[in-house]
This record gives sequence, structure tokens and C-alpha cells, in this order.
Amino acid sequence: MTAVRFQVAALWTALALCTAISNPALAQKKYDSGASDTEIRIGNIMPYSGPASAYAAIGKAEEAYFNKVNAEGGVNGRKIRFISYDDAYSPPKSVEQARKLVESDGVLLIFGSLGTSTNGAIRKYMNEKKVPQLFVASGASKWNDPKQYPWTMGWQPSYASEARIYAKYIMKEKPGGKVGVLYQNDDFGKDYLKGLKDGLGAKASMIVLQEAYDTSEPAIDEHVVKLKASGADVFISITTPKFAAQAIKKAAEINWHPVHIVSNVSASVGGVIEPAGLEISQGVLSASYLKDGSDPQWNADDGMKRFYNFLAQYDPKANKLDAGVVFGYAAAQTMVKVLQMCGDDLTRENVMKQAASLKDFETDTLLPGIKINTAPDHFAPIEQLQMMRFKGRKWELFGDIISSEIGH
Amino acid sequence: MSAAEEVVGEGHQAVEAVPKRAMTLGMGTSLVVLAALLIAPVFVKNFIIFQMTMLLIYGLAVLALNILTGGSGQFSLGQSAFYAVGAYTSAVLMEYFNVNYALTIPISATVCFGFGYLFGKPALRLSGVYLALATFALATAMPQLLKLNFLEHWTGGVQGLVVTKPDAPFGLPMSQDMWLYYFTLAVTLAIYIFSVNLLRSRSGRAFMAIRDNEIAASSMGVNVSLYKTLAFGVSAGITGVAGSLGAIAVQFVAPDSYTITLAISLFLGMVVGGVGWLPGSFVGAAFIIFVPNMAESISKGLSGAVFGVLLFLVIYLVPHGARQIAILGQQFVGKLRKN
Repeated sequence: MTAVRFQVAALWTALALCTAISNPALAQKKYDSGASDTEIRIGNIMPYSGPASAYAAIGKAEEAYFNKVNAEGGVNGRKIRFISYDDAYSPPKSVEQARKLVESDGVLLIFGSLGTSTNGAIRKYMNEKKVPQLFVASGASKWNDPKQYPWTMGWQPSYASEARIYAKYIMKEKPGGKVGVLYQNDDFGKDYLKGLKDGLGAKASMIVLQEAYDTSEPAIDEHVVKLKASGADVFISITTPKFAAQAIKKAAEINWHPVHIVSNVSASVGGVIEPAGLEISQGVLSASYLKDGSDPQWNADDGMKRFYNFLAQYDPKANKLDAGVVFGYAAAQTMVKVLQMCGDDLTRENVMKQAASLKDFETDTLLPGIKINTAPDHFAPIEQLQMMRFKGRKWELFGDIISSEIGH
Repeated sequence: MSAAEEVVGEGHQAVEAVPKRAMTLGMGTSLVVLAALLIAPVFVKNFIIFQMTMLLIYGLAVLALNILTGGSGQFSLGQSAFYAVGAYTSAVLMEYFNVNYALTIPISATVCFGFGYLFGKPALRLSGVYLALATFALATAMPQLLKLNFLEHWTGGVQGLVVTKPDAPFGLPMSQDMWLYYFTLAVTLAIYIFSVNLLRSRSGRAFMAIRDNEIAASSMGVNVSLYKTLAFGVSAGITGVAGSLGAIAVQFVAPDSYTITLAISLFLGMVVGGVGWLPGSFVGAAFIIFVPNMAESISKGLSGAVFGVLLFLVIYLVPHGARQIAILGQQFVGKLRKN
């Protein structure tokens, strides 16, 4: 009996000693589901199939970037396991995949999922479960809502941010201008229009005509004619590629030469400018935040050199002309930065805390001078863009980096 | 069609248009399946429960199509439209009018029944591939209709609507997922029993008479146009219920959720499960939920192609779908018993 008692006592002492020794270590290392001494599991949902599968390049670039990080030793010694599922751009499927990632794969967070309605579908679930939904790949401005959705954060400049930048540009360069707006009649167009009006603020009366078009319309000629008739000398074209090209063409046809701004979504040389005609597109304005992989001016740039090396080594099949690759690289870099900042405290709460305290972070493929900044009440990491003008066969950046914050 | 031959061949069974076994599972098997469905959630994770709920929901939608195609012989590629109407009816009622989720289901069923019945009217003039095309048009139009400006106030436009998930009532100690599963199971069971009885009733016999030979049916006094539209209405009504449950389970409705892809998936589920065999609907639903996931785990880049190969194998090896496997199984068990 005494022997037993002695053994028990010894065991307790040993246990107490163990806890005493290991306590400081435990205090430093904190993990939630998905993180351990050796691994960090990150979930992702991409449209690898279906109507939006062109965006899958983003997911592939992100995966390749994490492979590179792992090959170089991981984040603080932990390897990243990137679990990426296909949702075919269908919201119910996104919900299923998000639940699979969180409940079955036990990921620490979901990173860079693509699409507005797909992310909208999982936002409530993620916030109820208190799992970070970081760096959503969508331009809607609703991801910046830390009060209602403290576990969801966007990444790229929102449509509204971009529009505010155009507003700033117009107020500076053409303060007496009359603005004609052509916008797509959906969430994209309306988000934009609202941003434009917010940006113009008291001078919103500069807008002399706002014309909406539906994507079901075969041509938008009539709207362009109306805008010309309104006497506008600034034309903001909040359009998707096909319609942006039509607008450029029609304006030239009716001999209307306003200050012509096209939205960043339609700034593609191959998809918009060339079909519209290089000659008539000279001088068209837009704004950007990413370096263009096809632009030779970046060949000597250190960041882009690293990017090209990365492509050669880890993702040789990727198309460097695809903006999605440049985008995925920069987003993954931001993610890794946040994980590094977390140190050994890999709890979901700390991930959100660190993601909300990025200060002047620059990535290799963002335009020089564009800095990622977040704060606990500010979940919009990129809010700066630079104006660019189409000249010759490519876009030329000009002017300073403009911040979209009102009043700066 | 082979069904016609069957009826001729089994002339002496004329009292029961379709032998009970050809349409449902045996009593014993049904009870075993039901028991499994009742007990399973206790042992699995919430995520699996959610998938099982989705299986029942898609199963209902496939069942609805099965009644239309397997029962009355009309094709539809427009089931996603009825599904969407059901989903939006529930979502709008719950979020704007604070209607209890359980009450929205009969409302959805009624709305969709009306919608399907009205759509069935003009569709009467069409048959076969032409009807399939007309319903196809309905399915492609629906997501755009939901985005329309004057509806946007209710539908939330492209952004969709977020739906609140109900808690278990009476303070029952179960998770939301588990409660929703049992709720869905109860609804599914009710509709399944209703469907089986419908197909074995006078109306069901009328459906099948029309399917097998329209002229013969009308000469026997079956009101062809009434029963054809009725089949559309019933099918749409059940699809609407599935849509409502789907909206509650997924907690979100958006136009992108209800594209033509959904309609084709449901069609696929019906073929894989066996046209006209009601329990097969749920096997078909399992196919459309789990096989894409399997295909994805085999190859991410080629998931579509892998899915195609799997589908091809199913159609090639078991052209009558799950029904064929069930019959084979039954024969096997029968042989064992004799020995």
C-alpha cells in the first residue's frame, strides 16, 4: 500500500516538474487547429473548372509560391500545406468546400478564395466559426467591414477605391470638367459609381450624365452618342472588356475626344485596346497596382527579377503575361508575411491581429511605392494605384502613386 | 420503349400498373436504410452531416425530375429554375418577413407548383427534344431574371442573400447541422411516401399511360393536357421544396448558384440513379455530390475529364443506373435464399 502511495507521489512530483519546466515553452507556442511545430495548413477555394476557370492561374501561382517558401525552409521552420479545392464558381459548392477545409481538413485559415458571390456565400459561416477568411480575391468593397465581419479581409484595391482615384485625378487635372459616366448595371458598376461619387464629394455635380448598360445589350453605341450629346469632356467607362472596346471605337467614330478613362478590369492590351484599335486608343487613361509581366521596363527591376526566377524554377508552365500569376504571387507573399509576423503564436485570433497590422509592406510584383497597410478598423490592404496612359503599344505609368483615401 | 413492352408482357398484372418493386425498395430494405439514415449523424462530424443533408436535398430534386421524366415521360432541363424559385421564396420570406423557416417550405412548394403548372401549359405543345430545349431556355434565363433591377431590392442582385440557419427547437441538445438534417430527413420521407403513392394512384397510372403512348392514353379517357401540366406542377413543387431546404442548409442564395449546370447535374443524377426508380434518385444525388470531389482528388487540372470518364464507365457498365445494381443484388440474395 505504502509502495503504491510512494509511486503515486513520485509520479505527481515528476508531473509537476515537467509542467514547471515546459510551461515557459508552452506559453510561447500557441496553436489552433491547422498549425503545429512542423506544419501550417492553409485552405483555398478556386474555380479550377467552370465559367471562371481562367482565374485558376492565381491558385496555381500561389501554390507554386508556397512550394518555394517550403523549399527554402518554410515559415519559422514550419512547412505550409496549401489545400486548394475547386468550387467551379458555384456558391453552394464553395460552402461545401469551405466546410470541408475547416471541419475535415482542419485548416488554420482560408486564404485568397476567388469570387464575389462565392466568398459572400461563406462569409457568414467563416465568421460564425471564427476562422480567418483572408485576402479574398474579389474587388467588391464589402470585404472591408471589420465591425460586422471581423474574420474577413480583402486584398486588392476595391472597385470603389479605384473610382475614388479617378475622381481625385479629375478634380486635379480637370476641375471644370463635365463628366459623363457609362457603367455596367450590376454590382461591379454600382460599386464603382458609388466610389466615384464619394470621391468627387461636394463636386459630384460634375457628373452631367450617367448611363447604365446591361450586359445583355449587343452594342452600347447609343449610350456613347448620348454621352457625347451631353457635352461631357471627361468620359469614364466603367465597363467590362467587350464593352470597353466598343466604347473606344464608337467615341472615335463619332469624333468625340474626351479625357477617356477605362476601368482597370478593361485595361488589357490584348483583350481591349488591340481589338478597339491601337491608333484610336492613344491617350486612353486607366490605373494599375500590379507590375505588368509583359512590360520590358521591369526587366531590370529587382522584384520582377525575383518573380521571373521564381517562375523559371517553381512554375515554368505559368504564363508570365497572365495578370493572375502576378496577382497570385503578390497575394501569397502577403500571406507568408502575415504568418512570419505571427511567430510561434499561430492562433486564429493572432493571425487576424497580425493581418490587421501590416505596415508599409511591399511585395515584388506590386508597383513600386504601393504599400500594403491595414489596421484593426481598416481591412482594405491595397488602396493605392498609379495612373497610366496608353502610348504606342503599351501602358505608360505617370504621376505619383495615388491613395484612394478621401481627404488625402 | 421498353416500359411499354413490360406492360404488355405483364398483362395479367394490369391492376397494378407498375409492380411495387419496380419503383421502390422492399419493406425490409427500406427500414434498414431509414434506420441507417436516422442513426448515422450521431457518429459523424458536422461536415459529414451537412453533406448528408445536401444529399437528401439533391435527392429530392432528382426525385422530382424522376416523377416528371420517369413518370410522365416529359424531359426537363429547367429544374434549376424551379429550384431557384424555391430557394429565393424561402430566403426572401425568412429575411424580409421573418417567416419561420418551416413555414416557408409549404409556401415555396405552392409557389413552385403554380410556376411549374403555368410553365407546363405552353410546354404542352412541345415534346421530346423540343421540350428539353424550352426548359433549357428557362434554366438559362433564371439567373439573369434574378439579377433584374426591379427585383434587386428583394433578391439582393448579384450579391445574393444571406439566410440565417435555424437552431434546434425546444432546446434540443443538437447542433444546427444535425437539427437541419433531421428536419430535411422528415420532409424527404414525407415527400418520398407521397411520390410513391402518387405514382401508384390513378394519377400515376395516367402519367405512365401518357409516357407510354399518348394517343392510347387519351383514347382511354385520360385528360392528357391536364395530367401533363399536373406532372410539371408536382415536379416543380417538389423541386421548390428542395430549393428551400438547400437555401437554408447553404445559408446563402445567389443567381450564380442556380445556373444550367445545376439542371444538368440533376438530370445526370436521374440517369445514374435509374430513370423511373425513385430510390435511385438518392443514389444519383450521391453521385453528383461525391464523384466530382473524387475526380478532383485524382487530378485537379483534369477533374472534368476524370468525371467524364467515370460517368462514361457508369453508363457503359450499368446503363440502367443504380436500379440495375439493385435488381442484380436482389437476384443474388434470392439465389442465396434458395440454396
